Amino acid sequence: MRQLFLALLSALLPFAAAAQDRPVLTVYTYDSFVSDWGPGPEIEKRFEAVCDCDLQFVGSGDGAALLARIRLEGANTRADIALGLDNNLIAEAAATGLFAPHGLSPKLDLPVAWDDPVFLPYDWGHFAFVYDSTKLADPPDSFAALMAAPESLKIIIEDPRSSTPGLGLVMWIKAIYGDEAGAVWRRLAPHILTVTKGWSEAYGLFLEGEADMVLSYTTSPAYHRIAEGDDTKRAAIFSEGHGMQIEVAALMAGAKHPDLARRFLRFMLSDAFQEVIPTTNWMFPAVTPAAGLPEGFAEPLPAGASILLPPEKVPALRKAALAEWREALSR
Amino acid sequence: MRLLPGWIGLAAVLALTLGPLIPLGLQAGAAPGFGGPEWGALRFTLLQSGLSAGLSCLGGVVLARALSRQRFPGRRLLLSVMGAPFILPAIVAVLALSAVWGRSGILSDVLAALGLGRLDIYGLPGVVLAHVFFNLPLVTRLVLQELAAVPAEHWRLAAHLGLSRGTVFRYIEWPAIRTALPGAFVLVFLLSVTSFAVVLALGGGPGAATLELEIYQALSFDFDPGRAAMLALAQYALCLSLGLVALRLARQAGFGPGLDLALTRLDGAAYRRADALVIGLGGLFLLTPLAMLAARGVEGLIAGLPAATWPAARLSLVVALSSSALGMALALAMAALIAGLRRAAPARARLIEAAGFLALTASPFALGAGIFLALRPVVDPFALAVPVLIAVNAVMALPFSLRILLPALERVEADYGRLAASLGLAGWSRLRYLTLPRLRRPAGFAAGLAAAFSMGDLGVIALFAPPDLATLPLAIHRLMGAYRMQAAMGVALMLVGLCLVIFVVFERLGAADDRA
Repeated sequence: MRQLFLALLSALLPFAAAAQDRPVLTVYTYDSFVSDWGPGPEIEKRFEAVCDCDLQFVGSGDGAALLARIRLEGANTRADIALGLDNNLIAEAAATGLFAPHGLSPKLDLPVAWDDPVFLPYDWGHFAFVYDSTKLADPPDSFAALMAAPESLKIIIEDPRSSTPGLGLVMWIKAIYGDEAGAVWRRLAPHILTVTKGWSEAYGLFLEGEADMVLSYTTSPAYHRIAEGDDTKRAAIFSEGHGMQIEVAALMAGAKHPDLARRFLRFMLSDAFQEVIPTTNWMFPAVTPAAGLPEGFAEPLPAGASILLPPEKVPALRKAALAEWREALSR
Repeated sequence: MRLLPGWIGLAAVLALTLGPLIPLGLQAGAAPGFGGPEWGALRFTLLQSGLSAGLSCLGGVVLARALSRQRFPGRRLLLSVMGAPFILPAIVAVLALSAVWGRSGILSDVLAALGLGRLDIYGLPGVVLAHVFFNLPLVTRLVLQELAAVPAEHWRLAAHLGLSRGTVFRYIEWPAIRTALPGAFVLVFLLSVTSFAVVLALGGGPGAATLELEIYQALSFDFDPGRAAMLALAQYALCLSLGLVALRLARQAGFGPGLDLALTRLDGAAYRRADALVIGLGGLFLLTPLAMLAARGVEGLIAGLPAATWPAARLSLVVALSSSALGMALALAMAALIAGLRRAAPARARLIEAAGFLALTASPFALGAGIFLALRPVVDPFALAVPVLIAVNAVMALPFSLRILLPALERVEADYGRLAASLGLAGWSRLRYLTLPRLRRPAGFAAGLAAAFSMGDLGVIALFAPPDLATLPLAIHRLMGAYRMQAAMGVALMLVGLCLVIFVVFERLGAADDRA
C-alpha cells in the first residue's frame, strides 16, 4: 500500500521527484568557458563523475557581463557559484554582498600572494603584446621602448570599456606609471592602430597582419605552438613587468546547495579541473597539476615580473585611469 | 476592423522596444548624463552616420539606375549575392574588409607593389567604408524596387516621344527614386548610429564611439541600468525625430496602374558602357571582401567544421524562418494600418511609420537585459530563450520589411483602391485577390531579407543563450574567442551560403517573372 502511494505521489510530482533525484549545481560563468572549445564541457563531465549531481554551466558574455547579470538578479539568483570574475572586478563584486566566504585555505601556485577569503583563483595569466617573429625581428622589450619605437610600429588594443583585457592593460600601465599614465598613453597613441570591442576582433585583425603586435597574453603563443604547430607567434616580454589577470570563482551567499558548491570549489583546485585549463582556457592553472604543464606551454615569467594592483584599490583608480586613457587617445 | 491587426502590431512593437526599458529604469542608478566625451561621441556618431547614409544613398541610386536599365545573364544572382554583406556578423565583416582595404589587404599590396604607400583606413574612412559596404546593397534594392514598379507604358512613351535623358530622369526616375530614398536614408543612418563593434574596430580609437558603447558600458562595467535605459531612450528619440523629418520628404510617385507589361528599357543601349562600369565597380566593391571571406572560409571547411555547427545551423534556420514569418505578419498589419490612416490622419500615419523604425535603434544589450528582468519574476528566461529570440528578431527586421512593403501596398491602394471599393471587394477576398498578388514580389524580398537578417544577428542570444544553444553567429564568436579563426571563417562562409539560399528561395517564390 505504501509502495503504491509513493508511486502515485512520484507520478503526480515528477518535478519534485526529479529534484530529489540529483541536486543541480548552477555555475554562472562567461561564454567562452562553456563553449565547446572552452574548459566547460570536460569539467562538467569530470565533476559529474564524482559528485552525483547535475552540474549546469550558464554562460553570458565576458567577466563584466557575468558580474552584471549577478547584480541584475540580486539576492534571489539561481547561481550557486560565479566563476570567471577577475582581479579588476573583485572589489565591486565584493561590495554587492552577494558572495560568501569559501572557507578553504588552499596552496596556490600564483606568482603573487593571495589570501582572499571569498574569491578563489582557478587560473591566471600575464597580459603581453603578441607578435609574429617572422615579421617583427626586433620587438620592443619595454613600454619605454614601445613609446620610443618608430611610429610605423602599430599595435591593436581592446577597449577598456567593453573588454576585460582592455581594462587589464589600462590598469597595468596605471600600476607602473601612476600619475604619469596619461602621458604614457599620449606617447603610445601614435602606435595604436585601432581599439576593438573585444579580444576576438583584435586578435583576428592581428592574425590578418593588420598590426605588428596585439594585446593578449603570454600564453597565446602556446595555442599556436600546441594546436597548430606554429612557432612564429611570440609574446614580447617587457622589463617593467607584466599586468596580471587572476580569474576567480566564488560561492553565492544565496546558494541553494552550499555544501555541494564548496565541494565544487575544492574540486576546482584539484588536478582533475586544473589539468583541463592550460589547453582550453590557455591560461596558467592556479595549482600546477602533478603532471606539470603540457609540453610546449608557455613558461611562467620570472618571479618579480608580476604587476598586480591590490583589487580593493581598483575601483578608485579605474575611473581616473579610464579618463586619462580616453583623453589621451581621443586627441 | 481592417486596421485592428495593425494596432495590435504597433502595440507589440512598442512593448518590445520601449517596454524592456521600464524594468531597467526602475533599477537604481541613472548617473549624470552627458559630459564632454559623450558629446564628442555623439558628434562623431552623427557625422559618420550622415556620411554613411549619404554615400550609401548616392551609390545606391547610381547602381540601381544602372541595374534597372540593363539585362544580362546572372543579373538576378548578382542581386542576391550583393545582399550578402548586409547579414555578415560585424566581426566577420571587419575581417573581410581588412583583407581588402587593410594595411595588409590586397589593395595595399597592389599599391605597395606600385611603389605607393599602404592604405590606412582606420578612423572615419574605415567606419564609413564599412557602413557603405553593409548598406549599399539595401539602398540599391529599395530604389530598384521602385524603379521596377514604374509601369512599362511610361518607359515606352518616353522612348516614343524621344524624351531627353534629363527629362526621363526628372519625370520618371526621380519620382520613383524619391518614394524610396528618404526611408532608405533613415534606415542606413540609424543602422550606422547603433553600430558598435564595427565602429570601434575600424574607428581607430575611443573618439570613434557610439552611444551603443556607452549603453554596453553602463550595463557591464559600470552596472548602471538606469543610465542604460536613459541612453537607450535618447537613441529612440533621435530615431523618431529623424524618421519623422525624413518621412515628410517621401512622396508617392503616383504613376497610376499599368497593364503589367514586361519591362524593356529602350534606353539601355545608350548607357551600356557607363552602366557596365558602374555595375562592375559596385560588384567589385561588394564582392571582393566576400571573396576574401570565401577563400578563408573554404580552408576552414576543408579542415572540417566543428560538430557544434550543425545544431547551430538548425537553430539559426528555425529562428530565421519563424521570425521572418512573424515579422511579415507584423509588417503587413502595420503597413495596412499606415496606408489606411494616410488620408484621414496623415500626421498619425507618419508617427506610426516612424515608430516602425524604432527597433533599428533598440540597443540589443538594453533590450536583452530589460526582457530578462521583466521575465524573471514570471518564468525562467533561459527556458524562453528561443521564443524571445524569434520575437525580438521579428521586431528588429520590421523596419526593413515595412520599408519594402509599405510603398508597394500604398501603390496598390492608390491604383486599385477605388476599383476594389466599387466592386465591393473587401476583407479576406480583397486581400486574397488584390493585395497579396500585387505584393508578391516585395513580400518575397522582405521575407528573405528578414530571414537573412535574423540569421546573421547576434543580438540578444548572446545574453540569453543556455550553453547548449547557439546560433551560427554565436558559434562564430565562440570559435574566435577560442583562437579558432579558420574554423570561424568556415562557419561564417556557411552562414553566408545559407542566407543566400534563403534569400534566393524567397525571391523566387515572390517573383515568377523577371521584372525587378
